[in-house]
Order: sequence, then C-alpha cells, then structure tokens
Amino acid sequence: MPTIDLATSSLRELNRTLHACKDGSSETAFEVLNPRGQHAVAVGIDAPLSIDVHGSVGYYCGGMNKRAHITVRGSAGPGVAENMMSGTVSVRGDASQYAGATGRGGLLVIDGNAASRCGISMKGINIVVRGNIGHMSAFMAQSGNLVVLGDAGEALGDSIYEARLFVRGGVASLGADCIEKDMRPEHHETLARLLVEAGVTGVATREFRRYGSARRLYTFNIDNADAY
Amino acid sequence: MSYRNPPTTPRKSATFDDYTLSEIRRAAATGIYDIRGGGAKRPLPHFDDLLFLGASMSRYPLEGYREKCATNVVLGTRHAKTPIELKIPITIAGMSFGSLSANAKEALGRGATLSGTSTTTGDGGMTNEERHHSQLLVYQYLPSRYGMNPDDLRRADAIEVVVGQGAKPGGGGMLLGQKISDRVAEMRTLPKGIDQRSACRHPDWTGPDDLEIKILELREITDWDKPIYVKIGSSRPYYDVALAVKAGADVVVVDGMQGGTAATQEVFIEHVGIPTLGCIRPAVKALQDLGMHRKVQLIVSGGIRSGADVAKALALGVDAVSIGSAALVAIGDNDPQYESEYQQLGSTAGAYDDWHEGRDPAGITTQDPELAKRLDPARAGRRLANYLKVMTLEAQTIARACGHNHVHNLEPEDLCALTIEAAAMAQVPLAGTAWIPGKDGL
Repeated sequence: MPTIDLATSSLRELNRTLHACKDGSSETAFEVLNPRGQHAVAVGIDAPLSIDVHGSVGYYCGGMNKRAHITVRGSAGPGVAENMMSGTVSVRGDASQYAGATGRGGLLVIDGNAASRCGISMKGINIVVRGNIGHMSAFMAQSGNLVVLGDAGEALGDSIYEARLFVRGGVASLGADCIEKDMRPEHHETLARLLVEAGVTGVATREFRRYGSARRLYTFNIDNADAY
Repeated sequence: MSYRNPPTTPRKSATFDDYTLSEIRRAAATGIYDIRGGGAKRPLPHFDDLLFLGASMSRYPLEGYREKCATNVVLGTRHAKTPIELKIPITIAGMSFGSLSANAKEALGRGATLSGTSTTTGDGGMTNEERHHSQLLVYQYLPSRYGMNPDDLRRADAIEVVVGQGAKPGGGGMLLGQKISDRVAEMRTLPKGIDQRSACRHPDWTGPDDLEIKILELREITDWDKPIYVKIGSSRPYYDVALAVKAGADVVVVDGMQGGTAATQEVFIEHVGIPTLGCIRPAVKALQDLGMHRKVQLIVSGGIRSGADVAKALALGVDAVSIGSAALVAIGDNDPQYESEYQQLGSTAGAYDDWHEGRDPAGITTQDPELAKRLDPARAGRRLANYLKVMTLEAQTIARACGHNHVHNLEPEDLCALTIEAAAMAQVPLAGTAWIPGKDGL
C-alpha cells in the first residue's frame, strides 16, 4: 500500500498522486501520514480508492469527493466532505463546522460530534453523526438525510427544503419552517439502511424523531414576513 | 377681459415625484416590496462625466487605419497553469440559466466565441449548451452552489468565486416560482415552482482567511490549472480588492451598482453599493499598494455601454470590463418591436424590468418554451458579436487618438472630468483645470 507522508511530501504531491489514479489503476489503497491539520487533504478525487488518513486534518478534507472511501483517523476541520458527490468519508473523531456542506451524494459518517451548520445546504448527501450537532445545522438543506444519534443545537433545519432530518436525542429548537413529522414506514426503512451503512448497531429506528419542511415559506407570502 | 387672480401652474414635488407616488400607492395596495431586474436606474456619476483629451502638441497620435492598436488581455497569470487570453478586453458577465432561457445563454456563448472573449455561468450551474457554444467559459462558484460539481469545475476555463454583485452587495440570488421549470428545478435540486432565494453568504467559509483556504481547495481540485477570479459587489473596493488579493485571487472582478441582476428588491438595487466610477481608482490603488497591479488582473463591470466606456475604464487602470445588461440589449432585450406586448405588461420598451415574472416578450429572461423560441441563438449571437466589434473599434479609435498602440496603455492622464463629482471619483482633473478634488488636501 503506497504511503504518502505529509511531513516530507507536499499537499500538491498528495493530491496529484490521488488524481492520477483512474479506473483500473493498480494502486487503489493509500495511507496518508502526518496530515497535521493541513487543509484540502484528498480533495477532488474521482476514483474508487481507499484512503486512510492517520491524524487530524484542516479544512475541506475529502472536498468534492467522487467514489473514494476516505477515513480520517483523527478529527476534521471545517467543511469536511464539502460538496461530496459520491463515495464515503468517515471521521473517527469530531468534525468542525459546515461538515458535509452542499454535499450532493455519498455518505459522511462522523463518530464524534459535529459543530455548527452540519449539513448546511446539503443537496443529496447522507450524513450520520454518532454524537451531537451544533446550531443552525441543515440550514437551507435541500435534499438528502441527516441522522443524529445525539442532540441537535438551536435552529435545526432553518429554511429547510426537502432534506430529511432524523434525531435520536433532543433538539434545542427548530429553525424557520422546520417541523416535526411522522415517521412513516419508508422513513424507518431509509433510516435503518443508513444506520447499517454507517456501521451503527444496537440502535432502533423507533428511537428517532423526524424533522422536515413545513413548506410554508416556499412561496413568498407577506403574512409570513415575521418568519424571515 | 377683467383681471382675476391668475392661477399658478400646478407644481409637482421634486421629492414626491410621479415615480415615488406610484411606488407609495403600489406598496399600500400590495404590502410587499417591489422586485425587479436590472441595475440602478437613478442618475449617477458615470463614464459620461469623463472626456479624453486626445493627442496634441505633447502627445503623438496613431494613424487610425494604418497603425496597430492591440486589444488582447491575458487573465490569470498570477498562479494558474493555464491563464486565458481574450482577444478583446470585454467579457460577458455571469447570468444564470434559470434567469435566462437556454437560447439566451447559447446566444451569449456564440457571440462571445465569435469575438474571442469569455462568457460566464451564473447561479444555476453550467449547461451543456453554454459549455458547447462558449470557447472560453468562466464557471461561477456561488453561495447557493446550485449544480456545483468537480467535473464542471474541470471543464471550465476559469473559476469565479462570487462574493457579491453590484446590484445587491450583501444579497443572495432570487428566482421566483414562475421561472423554476422542471429543468431549472433539477439543476438546482429544488422543488418545481417555489420562490427560490439563494443564500447571501457562502455556506463553508467566512471572511478572507477562510477564502484563502477555499481557493487553495479549488486549486487543488483542479490541479492549479484554472485562473481563479473573485467577484465583489461595489462597497469598499480598496479593502475588498486588497483582501481578495491576499486570499490568492488571480483576477478580481468589481461590479458597480449599475450592474444588473435577474431579480431583487428595488430598494436594494437603488440604495446599496456605490457607482462603478467610484470603484475603479480605489481598486487600482489597492493593487498598486500591494505591488500587484497588472499581476492580478482587474475586471470592472456595471453600466458599460460603449467603446468609450471601455476605454475610460481601461484608462483608469482596469485590465478588462464585463458587460451584462448591454449584452442582453444587443441580443434583443427591451426591443421596440415588442412594444405592444410590453404595454400589455404595464411597461414600455426600454423600461421593462419585471424579468422575474418570466413573461419576457423578447424570450430572453424567461423559461416559457413558447417565448424562448422567439430568440434565434445564432442570429442573436451574431448581433452580440457585432456589438462587441463596435465597442472594440471605438476603444481602439480613442486609444489611437491618445497615441497608444495598445488599449492598456491608456492612462488617467488621458482623461479629464466634466463634474466635480466625477473628478473626485476618477481622480482626474476637472476639465480645463489642474484640480483633482481630494488630491493633496485640495
């Protein structure tokens, strides 16, 4: 397995090497050592690679990922897996703000907590957080699923569109136009599948509550002006 | 005939003029602010308030039809492996598919390509049509991130991180339900028919320090190949340009308040931001103070209409200009041939700005398939190319008259101002004097 040590190799060398891997490349698994909080680690990959990052990373690790499976054996800075298209990003520690921002596909798993604005503007990504998430998470979330095994901070799902939010713990408050919704069979099914994909065991889907859009702000109405 | 008290002529208030009265009545009737497209319509200090001095005893003009005056410009020389070269210093500004029809986007691409310049996507992602018809395409990276994906980033010729725009610095995009067709909804991952209001801030960075990291990420994703622009609305051009340079921009785009938008509140368009003329010198000074003038290229937009405007902007230190509203007019927007239809919409040719309603008789700012069919993209593209050619010839005419063999050699010393306001903003002397208001404490 090729190893790239960021103590001796540059970020550019790392990403260039990963970008050079195409379908059918002989090397499909990489280890990255000593990331030491560097930004933009393993971004823009478009190949079915397996990348193990040993340590904590800075901003935007796994940004715009397609098809790769990236594991961060540490914590992640802001914007981990931002705009991910497909593949998986797993963070063994905590994630800073904007985790999974604008993601369009794939699965982001955070074993620890995620800070504010987790899943902001998400557009199809699935996010599973084993711990808690901070305030303003799923702000303007358009599509996809956000699963939280712990608690959610204030203003969850503010101005949400069609994303689905599943929270097992408490919710400090809901944002504008976000309401609790029934857990129908198809939601239990979706949630169960996501928990399996994220490797979560021993948790029943009935422990979760679902939140989504009331769709009252979809069309501007002056009578709703106080909500904006 | 007996003398009686003569009547005075009825006098309307300058403060409460007809437009203001109509707006008060409209607000009272509807309870909602006015939304429209376009840029600021109020009178503003502008390029018309500047004049070129031309050659004379101390300057040597070039022969108009014999001596070359070059117009090319290279953008993205600071960091990008592949800078882009435009044949003319006039680009097409970002306008989204969604706000504009697919035919209109194609026409802009065709016209720009015929002229050897670039066009720009908008707040709705990149369509295959515009990529196919645009030899040089700038891909906007906006707060909404609608349609954003790494494949389009890589097939773009440059990336423009949009922080703001002149019509609404501090405001996000707006596309009302009438224009959210199936295709627009799919590209934006939104339900069809909703009133879409884009975010005004980027979702995953805040401030110039973060932007520097975001630009690093975009460069890494694209292997440092593409020029990266940063576009800002006109508010604090000196500091904003300096911070964009600090963040790593290859090109800075400054959009004045005359720059158009597809839709936003009238109060935003007319009351937030500063005129284009007031942006340029602070922006250029920021680059000069950092030793980056001509190394980081400066593009200015907002109310550029003619080759004279182009030449004046270049003389004040910009590298290229960008046009949006004028390009739309060139391809048919507000054309008098549709006057009866404009009147049915409560407007008139030249004033129609309800672009958000999607009922544009010219078939440009609409998603209605029947209206959109009215615009022939090939013919409209040719009209845009003609217009760009005229602007370029006009700018060359002026540059030669001032003795320059490249339009970039125009300089502030070629200009004077007709008004004190313009002299102060452009930092050129009032015509017939040596007085530059504000300079040397005068």
